[in-house]
Amino acid sequence: MSDLMKLTLAGARDALRAGETTAVELTEASLVAVAASKPLNAFVHDTSEIARSQAKAADARIQAGDAPDMCGLPIGMKDLFCTKGVATQAASAILDGFKPEYESTVSQKLFDAGAVMVGKLNMDEFAMGSSNETSVYGNAVNPWKVDERDLTPGGSSGGSAAAVAAETCLAATGTDTGGSIRQPAAFTGITGIKPTYGRCSRWGIVAFASSLDQAGPITKDVRDAAIMLEAMCGFDAKDSTSMNLPVPNFEAALTGDIRGKTIGIPKEYRVDGMPDVLETLWSEGRQMLRDAGAIVKDISLPHTKYALPAYYVIAPAEASSNLARYDGVRFGHRAKLENGDGITEMYEKTRAEGFGAEVQRRVMVGTYVLSAGFYDAYYNRARRVRALIKKDFDDVFATGVDAILTPSTPSAAFGLGEMANADPVQMYLFDVFTVTVNLAGLPGISVPAGLDLKGLPLGLQLIGRPWEEGDLLNTAFALENALGFNAKPTQWWQ
Amino acid sequence: MSIDTKTAGRVAKLARIKVEEVDLPALAQEFTNILGFIEQLNEVVVEGVEPMISVTPQRLYRRDDAVTDGDQQAAVLANAPDAREGFFAVPMVVE
Repeated sequence: MSDLMKLTLAGARDALRAGETTAVELTEASLVAVAASKPLNAFVHDTSEIARSQAKAADARIQAGDAPDMCGLPIGMKDLFCTKGVATQAASAILDGFKPEYESTVSQKLFDAGAVMVGKLNMDEFAMGSSNETSVYGNAVNPWKVDERDLTPGGSSGGSAAAVAAETCLAATGTDTGGSIRQPAAFTGITGIKPTYGRCSRWGIVAFASSLDQAGPITKDVRDAAIMLEAMCGFDAKDSTSMNLPVPNFEAALTGDIRGKTIGIPKEYRVDGMPDVLETLWSEGRQMLRDAGAIVKDISLPHTKYALPAYYVIAPAEASSNLARYDGVRFGHRAKLENGDGITEMYEKTRAEGFGAEVQRRVMVGTYVLSAGFYDAYYNRARRVRALIKKDFDDVFATGVDAILTPSTPSAAFGLGEMANADPVQMYLFDVFTVTVNLAGLPGISVPAGLDLKGLPLGLQLIGRPWEEGDLLNTAFALENALGFNAKPTQWWQ
Repeated sequence: MSIDTKTAGRVAKLARIKVEEVDLPALAQEFTNILGFIEQLNEVVVEGVEPMISVTPQRLYRRDDAVTDGDQQAAVLANAPDAREGFFAVPMVVE
């Protein structure tokens, strides 16, 4: 593999501006790495023609001296983002053949900034999963491998995390509804940030749970996260929940100076069965932030335990409503009908054929909790609990806490197929540390912290105040500097 | 709460997902497990707490009431499984 793919976004940007390489060279190196990464099954739709033409245009902009930070940098695009004229399936059979007539706001912003799309990336179907095992394209595979087993890259942005960790592209887009950026980033030893709800436009992103969904970048380090997040953010009149606030220069916030900042350590995030090594990394993280001049104090977020059950009411409820549009009429798959079948049979057969098991399960759970007689008992109760979860964070921030340090996941990546016979609820537990952040609409970032006893990466999560991504990124930058994590997977797939 | 096969069938119908009769018992068991997990929420005291509508204290953005888009029939129909004469075509709806 070419050394060009070892660059960070920042490194490649600087090399482009210095004339040491070109966008065309970077893109060709990326396309070679993508082609060699087939065993990882991270890339699911080829966009090499688009990439080559975007790279040429980027080189012209760089030469003209009109080059934004992302200009000429090869990235992967999660299959959840509608990309004009390019297959967009949300990893579902029900969107087989769908080619959007429009471009999502986030992908358009990245293209306007000159980014080069080298392919569409694998994910869990409709972003519903924590292991990338619900995809119609098959499993994406974690580049990290310690024995004969293939491991999950996490989910739902599993293809994005695998592609970046394997250095096939410099960064990738992800989306995060309950941890789908931060958990795969942690499982693959890289960085992922979910911004405050309303920072990125949701327009053109296939909807899962609209009150929780946010886009964000999956990158090699914190500086890259700052650079790419800035290009993705901003007010959009086409998303009524997008916030009309200026987007700060996030990279400029990375001073590494966190003296006087207050970091909260929530006692509720210490869960049974957490590996010792994770506990150790967490306490080392605390000490590192203290050494960097921050004030570290214990805090309580008393409703944490109820976040997952609240999430598994609210997210399916919203999903059942959002996914009602897949009816075989306007786009995607339509079932073959028998003589005499009417429109109801068409809906029912189309949705039974088109949705995978986990999506069907969540749509039906959502239907149930919204149905007459259960709406108050389940849906409204979950929304009340959500208000209490948010209040836990508000109360802590009101005491002067700037950021909260937790583990990103309760364990390292598990083997693909190992959870196949487990109760779905067992799989849901992998989101236990991330889901609170979506329910409270807060920004959260996962940075790689170290390796477990088997040699698999583990992440630490920092949670920030709303709209304070710059401050959060700076704290993450200080933590990253102190942790000094630089392990990479061996390239067994080549 | 335990979900019986009749309820599971009714939910599948409401969700417009065809589930074969033989698969209903397993589905009912899955619902029972998931709802059992969700029922932890009953431990929380929620009296006087308003159900959250928006996570950010923000009125939804409203634009001017004006026509800003249109005349895109071909684009709208481009992905339809069956489009005829400028319309989406579906099986007979009314006998």
